[in-house]
Amino acid sequence: MAEGKKPDRGQLRIDEAECKGCGLCIEACPAKVIAMGEGLNHYGYRTAVYAGAGCTGCGICFMICPEPGAITVYRLVSAAGAATTTDSAKGATACASN
Amino acid sequence: MSNETVQDYVVAHGRAKSFYERFERKDELQHQTHFCPGCGHGTVHKMLARVIDELGIQDRTILVGPVGCGVFTYYYFDVGNISAAHGRAPAVATAVKRSRPGSIVIGYQGDGDLSAIGSAEILHAANRGEHVSLIFINNAVYSMTGGQAAPTTLLGQKTTTTPFGRSAANEGYPMHVCELLATLDAPVYIERVGLGDNRQAMQASRAIRRAIENQVNGLGFSLIEVLAPCPTIWKKTPVEAQRWVRDEMEKVYPLGVYCDRTKARMEAGLTQPAVAPTLDQLPGILGVAEADLPEGNAAALVADKPVDLQVRVAGFGGQGVLLLGEVLAEAGLDAGLDVSWLPSYGPEMRSGTSNCHVRLSRKPIDSPLVAAPNLLVAMNEPSLRKFDRAVRDGGWVIYDGDEFPADCVREGLHTFAAPFTRIADELGNKRAANMVMLGSLLEIASVLPEASVAAALHRMVKNPRWMELDERAIARGRELYRASLKEMVSA
Ligand SMILES: Cc1ncc(C[n+]2csc(CCOP(=O)(O)OP(=O)(O)O)c2C)c(N)n1
Repeated sequence: MAEGKKPDRGQLRIDEAECKGCGLCIEACPAKVIAMGEGLNHYGYRTAVYAGAGCTGCGICFMICPEPGAITVYRLVSAAGAATTTDSAKGATACASN
Repeated sequence: MSNETVQDYVVAHGRAKSFYERFERKDELQHQTHFCPGCGHGTVHKMLARVIDELGIQDRTILVGPVGCGVFTYYYFDVGNISAAHGRAPAVATAVKRSRPGSIVIGYQGDGDLSAIGSAEILHAANRGEHVSLIFINNAVYSMTGGQAAPTTLLGQKTTTTPFGRSAANEGYPMHVCELLATLDAPVYIERVGLGDNRQAMQASRAIRRAIENQVNGLGFSLIEVLAPCPTIWKKTPVEAQRWVRDEMEKVYPLGVYCDRTKARMEAGLTQPAVAPTLDQLPGILGVAEADLPEGNAAALVADKPVDLQVRVAGFGGQGVLLLGEVLAEAGLDAGLDVSWLPSYGPEMRSGTSNCHVRLSRKPIDSPLVAAPNLLVAMNEPSLRKFDRAVRDGGWVIYDGDEFPADCVREGLHTFAAPFTRIADELGNKRAANMVMLGSLLEIASVLPEASVAAALHRMVKNPRWMELDERAIARGRELYRASLKEMVSA
């Protein structure tokens, strides 16, 4: 993320192994930041992928997704970009993977 | 992404704790369900799991799963789970809730399950206002079995059993479950929601929460019908299927609240059904608790001879045929024997014929049927003529009549005839004839201790007046037979 730019209100992690590529999250996302990926997963599904920026953390994609944990939505806790919360570190690496 | 930035995010929407972490059913990818891509079941499962999390009821939730694509609820939800037979979830949920009123009992059913084979169960559970929450997944077909028509199939919709499209003339009209149940007085909350778009899904999530919350608040029956996509059977892409819910299903099944008595019921105070008694309370309720009874007489059997009584008691309904047999069986039970009692009667309460099979044995009883009795109690002539041929050689017939009909006499058959009804009448009531006959039977069989017979009478006869008369009647029956022996000796 470029220095000085306001961070996104949300972050998204899509578990490729769990996603079955139904595409309902792509349809549901108001910010239109999810798309169908090109690659195939273990089961041969094309899966949804996060564009990497623009998530508002609304959670609608999570609600509509039929799989328990294929999508995880994170929300920004502090408006200050430099704030340090420790117990959210778990999500941090996951976000980075998208 | 720089480190400081990502550390500012926390999980806002993630896997519910009410789901198991691993679904044991599959060998690999155990965090994934068995549902097809875009299946409405999966979405509703998540909504339900989230509500269970949010309300903090995971440890007291019991989920009653269906037959159908939703069958594997017990693989997914880390709560108490029971699988009900097809359509029976509301009945099972009723039993669970009544025996564990502190539990949150949630039924989950498809439309084939709920509106076809289970239509009676849902109707009556709703009518009784059972304090359960039901999630009803309407995908307009039987999905699991490959796409047969359901009562909810839309007119014109093609299924494997309506290959030309459902026609009202052939298969009737789509069944409106919410509308139907909303005509009842008992339900607290009934709403139909859909998964046709974001807005609908959000409402679905709220409605499911409401149905469970009602139960947490001690309110009665709530049902949420969810119009849910089945892309596989509908032969549509998940996105097309979602649109079909919104554009086609919703027209036939309008969304909305069909019944809401939440406020009224809250104000009226709680009206929980009585808690079901526990097993050990039952004898007390039935008045047969050990404490109320004379002492048991196990192993007090008269004589040590083998016991194999196979008795048929026959007469008209109202003569006390069944009670005679019951007292006999109960006395055998008290004496520590294996017993069976099998009534056999027509639909008439009075005046039809009636008979029962009774077995008493020291050995386990293989069948309660007595086809060839060694003891027949015939309370009138038609009954005698109906069964006397079946009595074994060496067996006994006790007959209510002045004398045994000559043409029924046969070699190897012991008979004892007496005007039992008249004798009972002299004792105070002719309806005690059955007990006079029982007295003779007991004397003939001479295997049961008198105390066991007394205990059985106490169990079976509640009215003290009848009790007194029956005791006298049994004693009289014993005397009659003993007197007949003396006569025989002196003759
Ligand atoms: C007593 C009984 N009858 C029939 C079946 C066969 N059967 C299994 S699933 C099913 C229909 C399921 O349809 P629905 O309830 O709509 O659930 P869906 O699969 O669509 O989610 C039937 C008829 C059964 N398992 N048990």
